[in-house]
Amino acid sequence: MIQYLNNNSAVVLDALQQHIWLALLPVLLGFAIALPLGYLGVRFTWLYHPLVNTSGVLYSIPSLALFVFLPVLLGTKVLSPINIVVALTIYTVALLARTVADGLRSVDPTVTQAATAMGYRRFRRLIDVELPVALPVILAGLRVATVANISLVSVGALIGVGGLGQLFTRGFQLFYLEPILVGIILSVALAGIADLVIVLIQRAVTPWARFQRGGTA
Amino acid sequence: MITFDDVVKVYPGGSTAVDHLTVELPTGKLTALVGPSGCGKTTSLRMINRMVRPTSGRVLIDGEDVAGQDEAKLRRGIGYVIQHAGLFPHRTVLDNVATVPVLLGKTRREARAAAIGLLERVGLSEEFAKRYPAQLSGGQQQRVGVARALAADPPVMLMDEPFSAVDPVVRGQLHAEFLRLQQDLGKTIALVTHDIDEAIKLGDRVAVLRQGGILAQFGTPQDLLTKPADDFVAEFVGRDRGLRSLSFDSAAALPVRPPAEAPDLVLDDAGRPVAWRSVGDLGGVFQVTDSLRVVTDLAISSPVGIAVRVDADGRADGIVSHHDLADHLVARRRESASA
Ligand SMILES: Nc1ncnc2c1ncn2[C@@H]1O[C@H](COP(=O)(O)OP(=O)(O)OP(=O)(O)O)[C@@H](O)[C@H]1O
Ligand SMILES: [Mg+2]
Repeated sequence: MIQYLNNNSAVVLDALQQHIWLALLPVLLGFAIALPLGYLGVRFTWLYHPLVNTSGVLYSIPSLALFVFLPVLLGTKVLSPINIVVALTIYTVALLARTVADGLRSVDPTVTQAATAMGYRRFRRLIDVELPVALPVILAGLRVATVANISLVSVGALIGVGGLGQLFTRGFQLFYLEPILVGIILSVALAGIADLVIVLIQRAVTPWARFQRGGTA
Repeated sequence: MITFDDVVKVYPGGSTAVDHLTVELPTGKLTALVGPSGCGKTTSLRMINRMVRPTSGRVLIDGEDVAGQDEAKLRRGIGYVIQHAGLFPHRTVLDNVATVPVLLGKTRREARAAAIGLLERVGLSEEFAKRYPAQLSGGQQQRVGVARALAADPPVMLMDEPFSAVDPVVRGQLHAEFLRLQQDLGKTIALVTHDIDEAIKLGDRVAVLRQGGILAQFGTPQDLLTKPADDFVAEFVGRDRGLRSLSFDSAAALPVRPPAEAPDLVLDDAGRPVAWRSVGDLGGVFQVTDSLRVVTDLAISSPVGIAVRVDADGRADGIVSHHDLADHLVARRRESASA
């Protein structure tokens, strides 16, 4: 395996790099879209159930089906990484919109009312009080979405796009174990590291959550 | 002064929470709003800072209709202690207290510096400043809630059951501390409670509400105890009203006899009472500043049926017997009936 890595370091690093951005870009895009959506689901209570149901349906579409059908819908090339990014963004939104809504709903109404009574206007209250208090729940969702995306990128290799999944396909084609092992180890390690990084961020930005009775951290 | 002018609140769905409420909460005084659960206390309180809008009628602060004022600005000028403290879990105690000053444009540093002093005022040492609310006991959280409401030094404070989530002993401490604080600050306070004893203890005025949001009686605690407006108030105020009302009468007006009329009383060289010759134990003494309730208790529990009054130096300066006390109470009753 060392031998394989030595001979193919450029290919492996390239695959790793591609894997990282194919997985993380959708997390960022998805989060940016999910934040306002989740907020709307709380602000307008009648929107909450449609939001949750739509999310559930979107999340249940098999990834391969999405990878195959997106080019038809978007008019992109079958091999375009855009398909992967869009598909994973959809999953991320499906997961996080609900998480954001649930996080905001988990904020004790007494806390929100206290903020209102202190003289917070709606937007500042959201930024200064509601989102920070919902953060442990939201970050937990972000963790799940990130790890899920990292493993889903590998599926993209089946349609010929990117990331460490390429190493699997190559290994299968050549009846060669090393690339498969390297691919598996790296993608597991990547997921583990991403998970750890988010946990560390969570600790750093929500130091108060550790003391919360029955809290999430 | 906070004025409710014929205020009605009907919630969507039809339940009348407040029914034609007209009442004035005097400036610099604490008015307790008391009544059974669901009688519209919180609703009334929240109409003062516009968190609830009246269906009809007006609420005025110092003659100015709150309806015409910017909500956020109005609220920053009114301290609010919410039921169950409602502290911000993600902020330290210090930053919780600094909330309103920061909203008003103070720098975080200035606001924190002032917050330290406030924590002290409500009886929390500096070691609590860096803690998060989840690291505090219920009583400590309520203190922080009070400090947070006081932070911008608002002339008006609204307090919704601020002392409810603690045991009776701690509540008693919080009451005493709070009364001392209010004596210094002289804020115009509306305090909601469902505990009539708390209302009587803390309130300069008490407004008793009944089911359906109807004002049953408004007056001083003594009015409530001695002249309940109707059966509802009498029942709500509870038994032993007569005895409790004595807490509001000073012993200053009580005539005393010279200590020499009780030859049984043993005094030391300085003239301080020591014991009863026949039975021993003195059982306690009172001063002019005490209430009639204290005197009554002493007279009842004294082995010889006599309460002894002392001056500021502890020297006996008068005695009161059962009979004297009874005569005084009869005269007092006659006076208040003709008033
Ligand atoms: N947002 C609301 N929508 C509909 N009805 C409400 C609302 N808030 C309160 N009510 C009703 O109005 C009445 C008065 O409520 P309020 O909260 O003012 O009572 P309260 O005296 O503070 O009671 P408690 O001592 O239990 O806190 C109750 O019957 C309550 O059910
Ligand atoms: Mg209430």
